[in-house]
Formats: sequence, structure tokens, C-alpha cells
Amino acid sequence: MEGLYFNVNGGYLEGIVRGYRNVLLTGSQYGNLTQCENIDDIKMQLGPSYGDALASLPPNPSTSALADKTTEKLVQDFRYLQGQATGSLAKFMEYLTYSYMIDNVALLITGTLHERDTKELLERCHPLGWFETMPVLCVATNIEELYNSVLIETPLAPYFKGHLSHHDLDELNIEIVRNTLYKNYLEDFHHFVNNDSEMAMTPTGEIMSEILEFEADRRAINITLNSFGTELSKDQRRKLYPDFGKLYPEGMLMLSRADDIEGVSLAVSGVGDYKRFFDEVGLNQSSSGVGNMAGGSGAESKSLEDLFYQKEMELSKLVFTQQFTHAVIYAWVKLREQEIRNITWIAECIAQGQKDRIGNYISVF
Amino acid sequence: MSSGAGREQVFPTRQVLGQMNSKLKGAQTGHSLLKRKSEALTKRFREILKRIDEAKRKMGRVMQIAAFSLAEVTYAAGGDVGYQVQESVKNARFRIRTKQENVSGVFLPQFESYTKEDINDFQLTGLGKGGQQVKRCRETYARAVETLVELASLQTAFVILDETIKVVNRRVNAIEHVIIPRTENTIKYINSELDELDREEFYRLKKVSNKKQRDQAASDKEMKAKRQQEQQNGVKKNDDEDEEEAKDVLGEHEDDDVIF
Repeated sequence: MEGLYFNVNGGYLEGIVRGYRNVLLTGSQYGNLTQCENIDDIKMQLGPSYGDALASLPPNPSTSALADKTTEKLVQDFRYLQGQATGSLAKFMEYLTYSYMIDNVALLITGTLHERDTKELLERCHPLGWFETMPVLCVATNIEELYNSVLIETPLAPYFKGHLSHHDLDELNIEIVRNTLYKNYLEDFHHFVNNDSEMAMTPTGEIMSEILEFEADRRAINITLNSFGTELSKDQRRKLYPDFGKLYPEGMLMLSRADDIEGVSLAVSGVGDYKRFFDEVGLNQSSSGVGNMAGGSGAESKSLEDLFYQKEMELSKLVFTQQFTHAVIYAWVKLREQEIRNITWIAECIAQGQKDRIGNYISVF
Repeated sequence: MSSGAGREQVFPTRQVLGQMNSKLKGAQTGHSLLKRKSEALTKRFREILKRIDEAKRKMGRVMQIAAFSLAEVTYAAGGDVGYQVQESVKNARFRIRTKQENVSGVFLPQFESYTKEDINDFQLTGLGKGGQQVKRCRETYARAVETLVELASLQTAFVILDETIKVVNRRVNAIEHVIIPRTENTIKYINSELDELDREEFYRLKKVSNKKQRDQAASDKEMKAKRQQEQQNGVKKNDDEDEEEAKDVLGEHEDDDVIF
């Protein structure tokens, strides 16, 4: 029964997204890409999937130009889908863009704090996180005005309200602000997929919960790992953890008390996947640090972050085994993002002649 | 006498000759000193050249690694962290001290890098994701900058030494090829002039003494003749003579001019 009426609103989009999914680069295509000698070759190899988007690039473009164009294509496709979406799906897709909005707003806050011309920053904003009223934020000249216009003009207002005051924007490190917003966003998104009348008790809720839980755990673990040796106190750190996820609540509590990487691996040992990651990485954590610093010679082993990306991609891939769900759009966006990262990475490796690490991309198909 | 570098416009006197001699001596000492300085500098210069070569090669490698680590950051953080890093930095973590090194009287500036560990402005960048890569990238770039600083210090030394060596060599050459020959020429000229003067003087003296002898001989002869005459008519004109002798000195007759 649950999928009975799905196709009335979502069938077309699901079909499109499944079509998009089939265009995603496969392992053998990545294999071809790694054999390229220069960026032009890459451009040619990408022809089937990105042909029209890359056509305007000059010969031998920079890797960043390549990344920009591929992102542009993603945004185009996404906007098309968004134009077709109705009801809860439209709302769902809006939620998807919020994470990019957070980055953009954080960027604008940084610019305003340092009294830069924020108009120039608009170009640097991620196009997926673009919202119509964003230029209004540039009018603000001090942080209080900016705070007020963020509250009024952006969909992110609920994430600011009650959690951050305009004094916080001034005093806290922008990264803390960003992660606070992100935590609120994840919680809100999680609440939304599980409680929306159209999505509750459907595969969407189930799948998205899993993905979001993973995302929440990943952020918690990353924040913990990255905060070692910085001025971020344990108390502040605790506040950045989302209040759900597989690690919640015991794991999060232990994370908040962890002092070193062993503490973190102990905290996550309750969850099989993460335990496996830490076991894989733990052995070469010290050596891989040195290896990467030396420009990655012999850094065959994957970093924790690579493993997380891998896991995310696997989860996204699995989503396509389900039908009648909005989650395919989320999964598709994530897969495409990873694909862009992969292309950039491969292009970067080729451009810099560091072919020995070219295989570090993540391909799931 | 004035060949090659010419000579200085001086009066050829003994005093000037003394001055010239001491000048020549000074020039020779200065020449040998400068020559040694130039050799020391050139040795140092070669050494620096070698180190620059090494440093440049090293810089190439390090910069490549650094650029690659930035690519890693872009991959892991999934976006541009550049702006955020730029904006969050308030104080320099990587600093430079300068000191001076004295190489044969030439002051070479030396840059020494050090990091202020307590300044860590963008430590939270990439907190959500990519933080470790950002950290590694920072370390890699710090090493790249270290190499650049080393290279900068060498290059500065190189330029300064080059300049100094040129100046010193010019001085050495000037002393060797201009000042010393000219002084020598001057000395020769003075000597020859003095010799000339000596010869003139000698000749003049000879002439004078010749003349004196001739005069002496003439006067002797005259005296002799006079005496003989006196002796001949000495007896017969003795009275006359006395009279004559005793004539009034204060008389009206004129005296003969006395010639010395």
C-alpha cells in the first residue's frame, strides 16, 4: 500500500534520477580516466556523461575549471528535478540544499566579520546552496544586521534561533558556528524524514534515517578527531554532536570525553562498521600521517576519511535497490558529488604528475 | 719615461719621491690584501652557488608535494577552504629572524625561520571534514616556506657577494694595472729628473771650479810677474818705491776698484 500513490507525484522524478544514476562513471571508466596523459584526454573521456557541460572549456583547462563545470552540470540537473518536484519531495529537496546554504552563510559571516566586500563572496558560494534572498545578506555591514537578515531572509532561521545569538557569531570561531548549524540541520532533517505525513513509515524515512545517522556519527567522529590539540573544549565539542545516530547516546558521551584516538576508537567500538574502520586505520595511523606529509609516497592505506566516504557511497548505492523513495535523489546528489571529487582528484594527480596515488578515488559502480 | 699608465703631475723633488715610494708600498700591500679578500669571497661565492643549486632542486620537490597536499585537502574537505583560511589568520605563525654574518668584511644577511607554536589561527578549519588533511597541508606548506626562506637567504647572499666581488676585483685590477704602474712611472720620472738635476749641478760645479782655477792661475801669474818686476827694479827704485808707497792715501787721486 505504501508505494501505491508514490508514482502520482514522484514517479517521473524517480525515473529521471535512475536515468542519471546510470550515467554515473563506472569502475572501468575510472580506469580509463587514470590512463589519461593530460586534462584534455580526461575531457574527452568524460564526453558521454558531461559532454555539453565541458564543451565550453578551453583546451587543457585547470582542474578547478573542470570541477566548476562538472558541478555546474550537477546543479543544472538538480534544478531541473527541483522544478518538477511537488509536495513532500519539494520540501525534501529543499532540505538537501540547506547543507550547502549553511556553508554559504558561514562564508558570508566570515566575510562580514572581517569587513570584506561580501558581494565578491557571492561568486564563491556553492550554487546548490544559493537562495533567492542571499544577496540581501550582503547588504548587512555589521554582524548584528547580518544576524537579523539571516533570521528573516533565509530558511536557516530555525537553526540559528535559540542556538546562536549575534554575540556568538562575533565571538565564536566560524567553524563552531558552522558545525552548530550543521548539527541543528541534521537533527531537523532527521525529524523531518521520520515525521512528515507523507514520508513517515515509508522506505524514505527508513533509508534516510540510516544515511543521516551515519552522517551524524561521521561528523561527531571527525569533529572529535580534528579537535585534538586545538582550543576547542570538551564542553563545546559535546554541543556540536548531533543528538541522534548509531552512537547516540553512549557513544557520543564517550566521544565527548575522548582525549586521543584510542579514546575515539573505544567510543565507537559499539558499532561494527566504525570499529572496522578504526581497526583498519589504527594500525597505520601513525605511519600514514608521515606518509601523507611526505607527499603520499607509499600511502596506499586509506585514511579514515576515505573509509567514511567509501561507506557513504555504499549506502548511497544501496538506496537504488529501493523503490518509491525520495532517498534516491539524496543518494544521487551524493554520488555525483563524489564523482566530481574523483574527477578532480584524478585530474589533479595527472596535472601534477603524481600518478602513484591516482587510485585513491572511490568508485562503487 | 712616461709610458703606459702615465704618471702623476708632481714636482720631481726628493720629498715627493719619498711620498711616492710610500704610496707604492701601500698600494702593493693593499693589492695583496684585496687579492686575498677576493679569493676568500670567491670561495664563499662558489659554496653558496652550490647550495643554491641544491636548495632550488629541493624547493621544486617540496613545492610539488605541497601543491599535491593542497589537492588532497580539496578532495577531503570537498570545497575551497582557501578563503576561510585567509580570513581566520590574524597573526603570522611562521616567522623570520635576520642576523648578519661577516665574511671578510662583507655583511651577509641570513634569514632564520621559526614557528610560533602558540599561534594557530585556523586550527578549526575543516572541523567537520578534512581537518586532518588541512593540518597536514599546513605542515607541508610550512616546510615549503622553510625551503623558500633558506633559498631567499642564499640568494641575497649571492647577490651581495656578487656585487662585492665585482667591486673588489675592480679595485684589485685598478691597483694592479693603474695605480702601481703609475706610481712606478712617477718614481722613475722623479728619479730621472733628479739624476738630470744632479748631472746639471755637477757640470755647473765643474764649470765653476774650472773658472775658479783659471782665475786663480791668472792671478797667480800676474802676481808672479809683478814680483819678478819688483825684484828687478827693486834695488834701484827702492827709494822711489818708498815714496810711492807712502803717497797720500787720502789724496785726491782715485783709487782702483777693488774686485773680489
